[in-house]
Amino acid sequence: MSQIVSLFQAAVYFGTVILFGAVGEILAEKSGNLNLGVPGIMYMGGIAGLIAAFLYENGTANPVPAVAILVTLAAAFVMSMIGGLIYSVLTITLRANQNVTGLTLTIFGSGFANLFGGNLNKMAGGAGQISVAFTSGVYRTKIPFLSDSTGVFGEMFFFYGFLAYVAIIVALAVKWFLNRTSVGLNLRAVGENPATADAAGINVTKYKYVATCVGAGISGLGGLYYTMDYIKGTWATDGSIEKLGWLAVALVIFATWKPNRAIWGAYLFGLLSWVYYYLPGLTRSSQEIFKMLPYVVTLLVLIVVSLRRSKESQPPASLGLAYFREDR
Amino acid sequence: MEANLAVRMVNITKTFSHVVANNNITLEIRRGEILSLLGENGSGKTTLMNMLSGIYFPDSGQIYVNGEEVSIASPKDALDLHIGMIHQHFKLVDVFTAAENIILGLNEKAVLDLNGVRRAVKEICDRYGFVIDPDKKVYDMSVSEKQTLEIVKVLYRGADILILDEPTAVLTPQETEKLFAVMRNMKADGKSIVIITHKLHEVMEISDRVAVLRKGEYIGEVPTSQTNPQQLTDMMVGKATTLNIGRPEPNGLTERLIVKNLTVKDADGVKKLSNVSFTAYGGEILGIAGISGSGQRELLEAIAGLQDPEEGSSIMFIPPDKEASELVGRDPEDIYKSGVGLAFVPEDRFGMGLVGSMDLVDNIMLRSYKSGKSPIADRKHPRERANKIVEDLEVVTPGLGTPLRRLSGGNVQKILVGREIAAEPSLLMTAYAVRGLDINTSYTIYHLLNEQKAKGAAVIYVGEDLDVLLELCDRIVVLCAGRVSGIVNGRSTRKEEVGLLMTRLSGKENANE
Repeated sequence: MSQIVSLFQAAVYFGTVILFGAVGEILAEKSGNLNLGVPGIMYMGGIAGLIAAFLYENGTANPVPAVAILVTLAAAFVMSMIGGLIYSVLTITLRANQNVTGLTLTIFGSGFANLFGGNLNKMAGGAGQISVAFTSGVYRTKIPFLSDSTGVFGEMFFFYGFLAYVAIIVALAVKWFLNRTSVGLNLRAVGENPATADAAGINVTKYKYVATCVGAGISGLGGLYYTMDYIKGTWATDGSIEKLGWLAVALVIFATWKPNRAIWGAYLFGLLSWVYYYLPGLTRSSQEIFKMLPYVVTLLVLIVVSLRRSKESQPPASLGLAYFREDR
Repeated sequence: MEANLAVRMVNITKTFSHVVANNNITLEIRRGEILSLLGENGSGKTTLMNMLSGIYFPDSGQIYVNGEEVSIASPKDALDLHIGMIHQHFKLVDVFTAAENIILGLNEKAVLDLNGVRRAVKEICDRYGFVIDPDKKVYDMSVSEKQTLEIVKVLYRGADILILDEPTAVLTPQETEKLFAVMRNMKADGKSIVIITHKLHEVMEISDRVAVLRKGEYIGEVPTSQTNPQQLTDMMVGKATTLNIGRPEPNGLTERLIVKNLTVKDADGVKKLSNVSFTAYGGEILGIAGISGSGQRELLEAIAGLQDPEEGSSIMFIPPDKEASELVGRDPEDIYKSGVGLAFVPEDRFGMGLVGSMDLVDNIMLRSYKSGKSPIADRKHPRERANKIVEDLEVVTPGLGTPLRRLSGGNVQKILVGREIAAEPSLLMTAYAVRGLDINTSYTIYHLLNEQKAKGAAVIYVGEDLDVLLELCDRIVVLCAGRVSGIVNGRSTRKEEVGLLMTRLSGKENANE
C-alpha cells in the first residue's frame, strides 16, 4: 500500500513540473507559436526563483514566508517572460524560424541557468550545494490538518505544496479562458487562421506576443516548482530540467492542445516515468526501457490522432508559421 | 450630391509596382440597388472593391460614404462605415462554429454569449431567407453554407453596403437561385449590393445597373434594362488591337494529342472539366481561351499526369516516330521515363516550375538528375545547358549560382521556358507564359513558341489576353465552366466571337445548361 501511495506522490511531484510547462506551451501554441524553448524557459524560471530566494534569505534576518513566496514567484515569472519575449521578438517581429529559435532558446536557458547555479553553489560556501531551506520549506508546506488526519487519502491528495494545486487551477483557468471568453476565441483564431483574425480586426501581433510571454511565464513556474519542491531548494547541473521540459512539450501533443487533458496526462507521465523505481527485479538497463514509456505513449497518441483525423484533435492550423499581412 | 448615393469613389488610382490596376476610376453605388461590376480577368474589379473594404489603400482619389469623405485603412474601418465584403476566398476559421466565426473579434462581452448570437443570427436568417445552423462547424459546411455564413457575418456586423466577389463561381445553379433570392430581399430592405462578376446572364438577371471595367479603365455604366449581352461583351472586351506578333503558316500538321471526353473532379467532387475533347497537331499553336478558373489549369495538369481524370477520359499522345500511348492513369515520372517528350510551363512558376532558393544549374538539373548511371549527379551538362539558355535568351543574371528568386519575373520565365524547350519536346504546354512580363520579354516568348511550332512540336498556349491569342494561335479552344464552348480558327475568328463563347452565349452552350 505504502508503495502505491509513494508512487502516486512521485507521479504528482513529477506531473506538476510538466503540467506548468505544458499549460504555458498550450497558451503559446494556441497563438500559432511553436515555442521549443520551453526547457530553457523552465531553466530560467527555476534559477531566477532560486537566486531570489538566496538573496532574500541572506539579506534578511527573519524571513517572512509570504514575502519569500512573492519574491520568488515574481522573479521566476518575470524571468520566464523575458525568455518568452526573446522568442517573440525573434519569431514575430523578425520572423525568424520558430524551430531554430526555440531550440536556441533552450540551449541558452540551460547555459544561463547553470552558469548562475554553479556560481551560487560556490557562493554558498564551496563545500557543498546551495540550499534555500527556508523558502523551500514554505513551498513544501503540506495542507495543514487534512494531510495528516485523513489517512491514506490525505497522503495521496493533501500531501503537496501549494504550487501543485495552483498548477491544476491554472490549467482549468486556461481552458475556461480559451473556450469561454471573447479574448480566448480571438486567440484561438490567431493560431488557426491569422489572416481571418486580422480581417476581423484582431491585432495578431499583440495576441501572439502576449500569449507567448504569459505562456512562458506559466511554463517557468514549472522550473520554480522543480527547484523549490522537487529538489528541495537546491541546484543540480545534471540537466534534468531539460528532460522534464521536453516531456512538457510532448505532453502538449499528448493532451491534443487541451489544458484539462494535460492535467491527468501530466500525472500519467509522472507515473510512467517513476514506475521503474517501484517494480522489483529491474536491472539498470531494463530500467531504461521503462523510462521510455512517456515517449512511447506520446508516439501512440500521435499515431491514433493521425489515424482518426479528428478535426478537434489537431494542432492549431498555423502553428509554426510566421504571419505577415502582405502575404495574402 | 444626390441623396440616395451610398458610396461615391472619385478618381481612384491604384498601382502595384508598375502595373496600373485602377486608373482614375469614378464609381457610384446607390442605396437599395444591385450594381454589377463587370470585366474580364485582371480588369481591376476586385482591386477597386478591395479599396472600399479596406484591404488596399488607393494611391490617389477620394471615397465618399453617405456624402462624407472617408479614409478606409482596414477592414475594420470599412465595417465601421457599414461596408462589408464577401471575398472569393472565405475568411473563416475551420474549427470554429458558425456562431463563433460571426462574433470573432467583436469582443462584445468578455465572456462569450453564444445564446445571444444564436438569437441574432436567427433573426437575420428569418428576415432575409437564409438557412444556417449556428452550431455547425465550418469544416462540416458546403461551399454554399460557408458563403451564407460570410454574408450573415457581415450583416451581423451591421453592413448596409455588401460587396460580393464572384459569389456564384462556386455555387450550383440551384444555390445561385437561392443567393439571388436573398440578394433581392436585402435590396428590398434598403441595402446596397455590388456583385463582381463576368457572367453576363447573371448580370442581366440580378442587377439594376452595370458598370464595366477593362484593363484598369472605367468604360462606362448602363441600366440593365437598357442593355443586352452583346453590348456588354463589346464594352468588356473592347476593340481588337493589332500587336504584330508573327504567325508562320503551319506545315506538316500531324496529330499529336487527342483528348477525348476528359472529365476531372476536384477534391470536393466538383467537376472542373466535363467531357472535354479536342485534338492538338504537331506544327501548330493551339490556344486555350477562357475566363480564369474555367478548367485551364486542370486540363494542362491532366495531360501532364498531375490529375486523376474520371472513368471514360482519354488522352492519347502520339509522339513522332513512336507508338501512340495513353496518358490517363500515368504519373509524371512514368510519362517522363517513357520518353514521350512532354514539356510543361506551369502557371505557378515557383510553385510547380522552379525552386526559388536554388540556382540556375540546380533548376536545370530538376529535369535531368536521373539521367546517367552514376549515383553522383552530372553537373557538367546542365551547366552547359544553363550557359546556353543565358546566352540564347539573354537572361540577365549576376551568375549561374544566383538563387532564382532574386531574378526578375521575366528572366525567371525565360529560364523556365528555356529549360522546357531545351529537351526538344514534341508537345509544349504553357500556362499564362507572359503573365507579368514586359513587352520585349513577351515577344521573346512568342518567338520561342513559334520556333517550336516550326520544328514540328505541338504547342498548347493557355492565355488570358484575347488580342495575343488571336494573333499567335492557329486554332483556339474556348473553355467555359469546364466545357469546350467552341473551337475556332485563329485567323478567321473575331474577338467578339471568342468573348461570347467565353461567357456562355453560344447556342450550343446554352443547350448544356
